[in-house]
Amino acid sequence: MGLTANSTGSGAVDRGLHIEKTSPDERVIALAGNPNVGKSTVFNELTGLNQHTGNWPGKTVTNAQGRCTHNRIPYILVDIPGTYSLMAHSAEEEVARDFICFGEPDAVVVVCDATCLERNMNLVLQTMEITSRVVVCVNLMDEAKRKGIRVNLEQLSDNLGVPVVGASARSGKGLQELMDEVEAVTAGRRECRPSRIRYLPVVEEAIRRLEPAVSARLGDRLNSRWVSLQLLDCEETLKETMTEYLGLSLWNDPVIAEKIKQAKTSLLEHDISEDRLKDIVVSCVILRAEEVCMDAVACGQGGYSRWDRKIDRVLTNKWVGIPLMLLLLVVVFWITITGANYPSELLTGGLFWVGDRLSDFLGWAGAPAWLQGALVDGVYRVLAWVVAVMLPPMAIFFPLFTLLEDSGYLPRIAFNLDKYFKKACACGKHALTMCMGFGCNAAGIVGCRIIDSPRERLIATITNNFVPCNGRFAPPYKRQQNGRRIRLSPYGHVRGKSENWRRH
Amino acid sequence: MRPSAKQPVPGGGFCPLPQELTLDRIHQGEMARVRALNSTGSMRRRLLDIGLVEGTNVECLQRSPAGDPVAYLIRGAVIALRAEDSSNILVEYC
Repeated sequence: MGLTANSTGSGAVDRGLHIEKTSPDERVIALAGNPNVGKSTVFNELTGLNQHTGNWPGKTVTNAQGRCTHNRIPYILVDIPGTYSLMAHSAEEEVARDFICFGEPDAVVVVCDATCLERNMNLVLQTMEITSRVVVCVNLMDEAKRKGIRVNLEQLSDNLGVPVVGASARSGKGLQELMDEVEAVTAGRRECRPSRIRYLPVVEEAIRRLEPAVSARLGDRLNSRWVSLQLLDCEETLKETMTEYLGLSLWNDPVIAEKIKQAKTSLLEHDISEDRLKDIVVSCVILRAEEVCMDAVACGQGGYSRWDRKIDRVLTNKWVGIPLMLLLLVVVFWITITGANYPSELLTGGLFWVGDRLSDFLGWAGAPAWLQGALVDGVYRVLAWVVAVMLPPMAIFFPLFTLLEDSGYLPRIAFNLDKYFKKACACGKHALTMCMGFGCNAAGIVGCRIIDSPRERLIATITNNFVPCNGRFAPPYKRQQNGRRIRLSPYGHVRGKSENWRRH
Repeated sequence: MRPSAKQPVPGGGFCPLPQELTLDRIHQGEMARVRALNSTGSMRRRLLDIGLVEGTNVECLQRSPAGDPVAYLIRGAVIALRAEDSSNILVEYC
């Protein structure tokens, strides 16, 4: 996660919906999905591009793009942030919704987790409300099989009215089939007839009232049914983006404004306020998701098996939970610190040997002492020391953290500690970003994105600086190991360096 | 500590009457069906998004070591809710 020209300065600003096509026949595919369903794995497998792969939740910052070719047709894949919904409650949801609506993708692939498909259907159905060119990729089929969950893909496809492909992205299975379907959909060979959600009759009536006027104004630029519903349920951010995209404001159009007013009055007659309308829309989507999955998913023991329950009872137990967590933390640190000593020693030895040769060379070339001091003892040695001290612990700590993440233990830590963190007006997830701060504060701060509340996120971001990262606490331990003088100081590496100078 | 039934509900909404059962009062291992949500604003949206609509069955799985939050099984997913949020969810035994 280096600081490149793209990740800092003006490049860090979300460029939003801008997609650069190198040729006109490139097809733009949006990759949507809930967080943690292996969306980035699908993306990387298809594009071969190693964008930061997911060691922790919430890392797709802005729209990441990659290219791939399938059957000689070029595609641009856009990895949009993982969200549970497109109702724009958060910045991520807004980016995702805006790209699907206004980014003009040729197709949207919604990646789902086969182990909890019903929950994922919420996003699939909402996406299908916006666009009909949807391909559903049911990922993690291997894991579902292991858990005894059977997914009937054909039935699901029938229920949804769009193509459904099963995949296990980690082993690369099913991705060719996915691209075949994407090709068929984008080429118009495969017609999608997404089953629309039927809201309450009153709401449907209001939509019907509004739709003709909207449709006349929009042409085929956006799905008029969806836009009509959004007009009833005014979302400020959407209003702005839509006005910008269309180049006209639907709200200010006299005909449409009149229709909106009429529709709202008729809804109010049935005691449906704006808030209640939102509730109805969400409930209908969720009930429809349940319906869609009912005959397509068969759970042997259910997604949350008896075995999972037993493990969770122990991990979050009143007496055992927290000691177990501390023990695990100690083990991770012990492995990191002792393990890092050996490569650190080697790196120090090697890099300093090179430094000595540089010194010799400058002496031979007749460079003045001050230049030699500045370049070799100053610039080179500081750099060498930082690399030797920081690199090995990071290279050990982060893979260990990834293992914990993959095992699903991290959310349990947040669960165990939430109450204590709440006392400081923070939340349990704060513990995870702090843990990551032990590896590297930069990564810890980036990880603060997983915290939903802006206030709690700010607290987590600021306090992360006080967590001593590997580079700040590893050196004192190292000196102890070597049997030399121990100086437990937060500036261990700075002192260590000056001692080193004295020795030479 | 469970909040008493007469305590005002944080974040607005009306105070549940003493006889009304809220999700935070469901014991470990018990099942309940959602009747209505009292929460407002973004928390209401979040609760609806995770599938807590009327008629949804919820199982209380596990209390955290400090007693709060509590983990619930909602539509196949395990979700932890703080008492301040679950006390706004009206339920009935099923």
